[in-house]
Amino acid sequence: MIQTEKMSPARKPVAPAPTAGQSFLAKFEEFERGRVRQSPDWLYPIRKAGIAHFAELGFPTVQNEEWRYTNIAPIAKLPFHPILERPASLPALKEIETLFIPGLKCSRMVFVDGHYAPELSAIADGIKACGLSEAWKTEARLLERHLGRYVHCEENAFVALNTAFFTDGAFIHIPANSQIEDPVHLLFVSRSSEPGSSSHPRNLVIAERGSRCRIIEHYASLPALSESKGSRSNGSDAPTLTNAVTEIVVGEDASVEHCKWQAESLSAFHIATLQVQQEGKSRVIQHSISTGAKIARIDIHLVLGGEGIESILNGLYLGGGDQLVDHHTVVDHAAPRCASHEFYNGILDGKSKGVFNGKIFVRKDAQKTDAKQTSRNLLLSDEATIDTKPQLEIFADDVKCTHGATVGQLNEEEIFYLRSRGIGAENARRMLIHAFASDVINRITLAPIREELEKLMSERLDREGV
Amino acid sequence: MSILEIKNLKASVDGKQILKGINLTVNAGETHAIMGPNGSGKSTLAQILVGRKDYSVEGRVRYDGKDLLDMDVEERAREGIFLAFQYPVEIPGVNSTYFLKAAYNEIRKHRGQPEVDAMEFLTLVKEKMKILELDQSLLNRPVNEGFSGGEKKRNEIFQMAVLDPKLAILDETDSGLDIDALKIVASGVNKLKRADNAQIIITHYQRLLNFIIPDFVHVLFDGRIIRSGGKELALELEEKGYDWIVKHPQAKELVAS
Ligand SMILES: Nc1ncnc2c1ncn2[C@@H]1O[C@H](COP(=O)(O)OP(=O)(O)OP(=O)(O)O)[C@@H](O)[C@H]1O
Ligand SMILES: [Mg+2]
Repeated sequence: MIQTEKMSPARKPVAPAPTAGQSFLAKFEEFERGRVRQSPDWLYPIRKAGIAHFAELGFPTVQNEEWRYTNIAPIAKLPFHPILERPASLPALKEIETLFIPGLKCSRMVFVDGHYAPELSAIADGIKACGLSEAWKTEARLLERHLGRYVHCEENAFVALNTAFFTDGAFIHIPANSQIEDPVHLLFVSRSSEPGSSSHPRNLVIAERGSRCRIIEHYASLPALSESKGSRSNGSDAPTLTNAVTEIVVGEDASVEHCKWQAESLSAFHIATLQVQQEGKSRVIQHSISTGAKIARIDIHLVLGGEGIESILNGLYLGGGDQLVDHHTVVDHAAPRCASHEFYNGILDGKSKGVFNGKIFVRKDAQKTDAKQTSRNLLLSDEATIDTKPQLEIFADDVKCTHGATVGQLNEEEIFYLRSRGIGAENARRMLIHAFASDVINRITLAPIREELEKLMSERLDREGV
Repeated sequence: MSILEIKNLKASVDGKQILKGINLTVNAGETHAIMGPNGSGKSTLAQILVGRKDYSVEGRVRYDGKDLLDMDVEERAREGIFLAFQYPVEIPGVNSTYFLKAAYNEIRKHRGQPEVDAMEFLTLVKEKMKILELDQSLLNRPVNEGFSGGEKKRNEIFQMAVLDPKLAILDETDSGLDIDALKIVASGVNKLKRADNAQIIITHYQRLLNFIIPDFVHVLFDGRIIRSGGKELALELEEKGYDWIVKHPQAKELVAS
């Protein structure tokens, strides 16, 4: 199945939202006069460019092709209260512990409303990891070389906003030919209950040539999601925003497994961009699991910039109630002989809405590209919807690109077979839904995460559809 | 004592009549073979007995003293009805062992027996696998997924061995089996035979009936059983073909009625 779909790269001009823009500019001025001084000189032009791009772009509307199915008006309408100051008091470790992944042996970095909390963190000896606000003092040279070099502020208003206002995040540096044995669990906890309060975590991971690491980027709310307590109203009920940006640089022959798990409260908005820059012969396996938030929009952008790269994008999204979950992925084959495999499964129940947009670029020089994409969607109710769209732009001629998208209900023949063996109809349904999710979950190499997600699936299925 | 009693069973789908009045009684300890040309309604009969709801059905079916047509699919299974499907379904993502243990425990629960744990189940499975000479690695795979045709059929009988039904219906289990597999499956089925259960074997070939000796052979033709007899009927049929049966006075009488 080869399809080449031409898509106009030109975007419709987006009218900036003048009033919103002004209040953001004012906030930026204020921020710049205060706290921003603490960040180094080289950062200032980057931030300044961020706010300028944001002022120019404004919040996207559904007129913007990239946001056609995701109306973020509820976010644009919120008052803008970026949480710029480190929180005066931290949650107790006991509270944070409810969000840990049982059995996961790891280094842990905890962030509270976007600010690194070393008091709640534990990093194994020898690992170069710290808060970004510390790194810009101690690792200025590295940061200056990489921070903001890969993401596209000029295209994405949320990335621009993050760039203007980020104050902290995770910085992880894996030196050449070294390996981080146990994974690093980055736990971002939202606990603000003020409507419109927003955190803008900014993460940078530099995996030098020949290095190996596994990173979990986990977003959750306090009080913890109580999946098992029969209620879906978890966390605070305030509409808050997480607007995260993560850049990962993967050097030659390096190997990175990155698992993003978005499990924020059902009143929260979650916007995130993950930008991965891969060099030759590197391997990346990236999981995006989205289970929480009222609106989640996740952009994942991989640039395959050297020969012989292997990338896997593996995604699972669950929607229930009136949740909206939108993944936009871009796999940019910029060099020959690279392979990318993308597997996204969505399970949508209630009135939830799913969006999957998977772009694959194959540049002129990227001969012998092997790109595969599948998007499978299970609609469990009549009111749930999914918009799934592959976009292939192929400029090389000797390539193998396939994609396939399916949208459907549970297979009645399979249900009948299970029932004919004595398994009840409801249980049969659950087994099949679970299997659909496991297909993605099983690609995660870390057993404790698989187990945690399996448990979450069971709990959600016990309670309702998903 | 009769396990199954079918009285004047008719079934149609989309206005098309498929079963036109089936009468059949199966007693405990008996093995019945059902033969008949393609499209005569053998699988339809089997599907209706396990609870397929695609058909509008008339007539009466009593199973173990209860009204079968009132029961849900899973209830019938828990009461001991088992169909080895002509075309077993692949179920990606559902592990075979997990699935079978769930089914086994549902049936036990229904019988008021305690559920078994993973260890106990494994012991049972190992014992039953020997009967079917089944490769254990199949059990670590999703149900039927990527199984060869023969493996699927063998897996059906393996499930039958584990679930220990009271009434087993085998729909063309022999098709797709090589001769060695056929012998293994047949001897497995024979080992599962007891005085308190019964089997209905649907087949096109006399060959299977050399290994599973039926007490009765029925010929299903155009939605009716037009001839019943002993095991020698299958041999005669093999020799003379369906045409001979259709023209037989017993058949003519039935079709006319
Ligand atoms: N759900 C259905 N919808 C429409 N037609 C059906 C359905 N089920 C069965 N039929 C038709 O009923 C007839 C009997 O089919 P059935 O599968 O029972 O035959 P069979 O005796 O098992 O044949 P074979 O020996 O080929 O397996 C066929 O003509 C078939 O197409
Ligand atoms: Mg048939």
